Amino acid sequence: MSAALSAQEISRALTRISHEILEKNSGSSNLTLLGIPTRGAHLASRIATIINSIDSCDVPVGTLDITLHRDDLRMRPPRALMPTLIPQAGIDGRDVILIDDVLFSGRTIRAALDALGEIGRPKSVQLAILVDRGHRELPIRADFVGKNIPTARTQNVKVNLSETDGEDEVLVSEGENK
Amino acid sequence: MSKSYILKGGLLPNGTKSDIAIKDGLISGIGTSLDASGSEIFDIANCVVLPGLVDLHTHLREPGREDAETVLSGSRAAVKGGFTAISAMANTSPVADTAGVVEQVFRLGQEAGLCDVFPVGAVTQGLEGEKLSEMGAMANSIARVRVFSDDGHCVSDPLVMRRALEYVKQFGGVIAQHAQEPRLTVGAQMNEGIISAKLGLKGWPAIAEESIIARDVLIAEHVSSRLHICHVTTAGGVEIIRWAKARGIDVTAEVTPHHLLLTDDLACSYDPIYKVNPPLRTQKDVMALREALAEGIIDIVATDHAPHPAETKECEWQEASFGMLGLETALSIVMATMVDTGLMNWEQVADRLSIAPARIGGYSDHGQEIAIGKSAHLSVINPTASWKVDRDLVASRSRNTPFHGMEFPGVVTHAFFKGVKR
Amino acid sequence: MRHLLSISDLSKDEAVLILDTAIEMARASDGPMKKLPTLRGRTIVNLFAEDSTRTRISFEAAAKRLSADVINFGAKGSSLSKGESLKDTALTLQAMGADAVIIRHSASGAPVRLADSAWMSGSVINAGDGTHEHPSQALLDAFTIRKHCTKGGGDLAGLRIGIVGDVLHSRVARSNVLLLSLLGAHVTLIAPPTLLPFGVESWPVGISYDFDSVIPSLDAVMMLRVQQERMSDLFFPNAREYSRYFGLNRDRMLMMKPNSIVMHPGPMNRGLEITADVADSARSVIVEQVSNGVSVRMAILYLLLAGAPSEIGANA
Repeated sequence: MSAALSAQEISRALTRISHEILEKNSGSSNLTLLGIPTRGAHLASRIATIINSIDSCDVPVGTLDITLHRDDLRMRPPRALMPTLIPQAGIDGRDVILIDDVLFSGRTIRAALDALGEIGRPKSVQLAILVDRGHRELPIRADFVGKNIPTARTQNVKVNLSETDGEDEVLVSEGENK
Repeated sequence: MSKSYILKGGLLPNGTKSDIAIKDGLISGIGTSLDASGSEIFDIANCVVLPGLVDLHTHLREPGREDAETVLSGSRAAVKGGFTAISAMANTSPVADTAGVVEQVFRLGQEAGLCDVFPVGAVTQGLEGEKLSEMGAMANSIARVRVFSDDGHCVSDPLVMRRALEYVKQFGGVIAQHAQEPRLTVGAQMNEGIISAKLGLKGWPAIAEESIIARDVLIAEHVSSRLHICHVTTAGGVEIIRWAKARGIDVTAEVTPHHLLLTDDLACSYDPIYKVNPPLRTQKDVMALREALAEGIIDIVATDHAPHPAETKECEWQEASFGMLGLETALSIVMATMVDTGLMNWEQVADRLSIAPARIGGYSDHGQEIAIGKSAHLSVINPTASWKVDRDLVASRSRNTPFHGMEFPGVVTHAFFKGVKR
Repeated sequence: MRHLLSISDLSKDEAVLILDTAIEMARASDGPMKKLPTLRGRTIVNLFAEDSTRTRISFEAAAKRLSADVINFGAKGSSLSKGESLKDTALTLQAMGADAVIIRHSASGAPVRLADSAWMSGSVINAGDGTHEHPSQALLDAFTIRKHCTKGGGDLAGLRIGIVGDVLHSRVARSNVLLLSLLGAHVTLIAPPTLLPFGVESWPVGISYDFDSVIPSLDAVMMLRVQQERMSDLFFPNAREYSRYFGLNRDRMLMMKPNSIVMHPGPMNRGLEITADVADSARSVIVEQVSNGVSVRMAILYLLLAGAPSEIGANA
């Protein structure tokens, strides 16, 4: 098992992503951040804090649980649902930034796009990701990437965050061959 | 009936090892080095020889429900279980409440010829509990009925019960009461207790049985008549009978094999294979019944063999019929619950399953001790072998046995009726 | 095969998981995501061999919000009313490829029979059987109690809940006794002795014949429906006497703790077990129980049907 990102590197990556989001969207006024639970939700609130301090604003931030939209439900035991909390103003006409920890097959993001379609019609949907580990199975790419970490399919990528795991780090380990 | 047999090396109920010779329907010799010329020889070493078993409580369904059982198929099941005499209960269709019906059943038994089939007559017309049936005519018919019962229904009216008990004295009959207070058991489905409350099935309280037993022993005492209590299931019922016998009341009682073994928690599956009247009770009751049978407070084991077609059991519990098969498993269950537990020896088994029921029913040719000159009604059981019950292999026309898949000790290897191997 | 037949099939963690999942289902239903794709392509049969409009509609709404295909198989006009056996009905449903059967039946244990038999392979969900159980009703009741009487999560430890009335014939009461005590609540049954089951002393509950002495301590009062025909079976002398001792009226309601709630599984007999002013009062959560029912049933369907092996219920 090796550390692919340290706490400091994570922090720097999030700061950079925040700046990139503001730059690409010409400021914060039309942004809505939606984190995908569990860890994407924590990353979203961290990015929101950074953006708020850079731009002196109060960017709407929420969570989007995509479990009920997954296409692989039949393949695993059912899992507990996490909260979906859409900011009061909704997402119609907003520039929605979806935030997750790891981008892998792209299926989670597909499910998230389906879920967003049920909720409203954003002006744009962009994707911010802490780690892109490759192996996409769908035509999906991230707009903002903390770090590209090339991996073998058999490896596991684990993002630890202080909110849930006590400390910040990204670990890559050899996994079982599936 | 010219056939002759020698049973070699078996054990008599009292444990004596002895050969038995059978000739012309009678036991012709007991001892060692018997003349074996011209006889078929059966080596029955380690097997126990019992007087042919007698069931005082059998439902044969003929006439009326020949899809469930006939006199012939029931006779086959009886012989397979070691019985040489069975008592066909009166709740057929039409009800056995006239000489005509009991003679028909009796003749069917004779035609089957595998064992004796003694019809039980109904106490009241149509089992309705109101008017006495023609018990005299049945007693004087060729069926010579001595046991009368509305089984399946309780003779609940105390006046009807009193008159019936009095009336049968003229021909030495006995009333076999199905003790079930009807008002306390309206819609009842299973033993009333913790399990019924949990399952939401309507309870059948022990007191519904016990209150009738208590009432009837008092009536029997008052009119000095003979009372038999069918299928006792509760510890409280045992206590009342114990009290009555101590008082000198002429009462006898039976217990079924299933009530010696099974308990009400089996209903948790909601599988109506365990639905029976009277219902399975608790472990405490089971233990009390076993002790009472060993002690002789309960006189006999009777099967209450109750065949039912599949569709009346493959359904919701409350829609299902009451009853379970019993003839083919009875002796094994008695062995498992009474002999292997040390509560009874084989002499007591011979008494409870043959001698006493034959005496109660007045079946004078049956239930005799194994002695020269007696009718050769014999059952041979191998107590060292065991077997697994398979509902697809029963001789009965129905397959509603709750014992499917269970392993029991004691294999009935031979049954001889009137000196002929069946 | 996965089923929900009885509350006794559930562990405490599983029960809490259903309630937690129901919160998210409620949130989804309240928000813009009215319809979820989760059970797309699954066929759910509502087999109602006994009339119950409200439970059937609740399950139907839950299944449809999760995009399942719902087939209603009602008592009236169906083959069930023409004497078809449970077995033949089950074989028919199996042949139609039902993934789950939601069954309401007047015979206690009918869902167990359906689940344990080899007649069909789908999930079986008990929507009320005879006088046995009604697990989804208990779960929605617990959900409602948790929402009003706790901080919103976890179990019901420390709460005092009264179940009042015809416990003997009530499947709602049986499921609630099991579930509420599993979740740590202290349950008191309040009824005349004739309407309590034999052996109730062995249940994990308190028992009282005196409503007035218990009601001030209760966080939730759950009234059970009393059927008029019980009078002819000698369970109580008449409606007036029943209401006097075991009905919830305004005077009794005034004895209740602040923030305690009044519940009823419906349908109510206004004027018998509950007076109209109590049923319509601010303490009454009776209407809310109905809407919570949909969320809880969505959670049950999701947890039983969405995944591979089930996390909840009996594995038969």
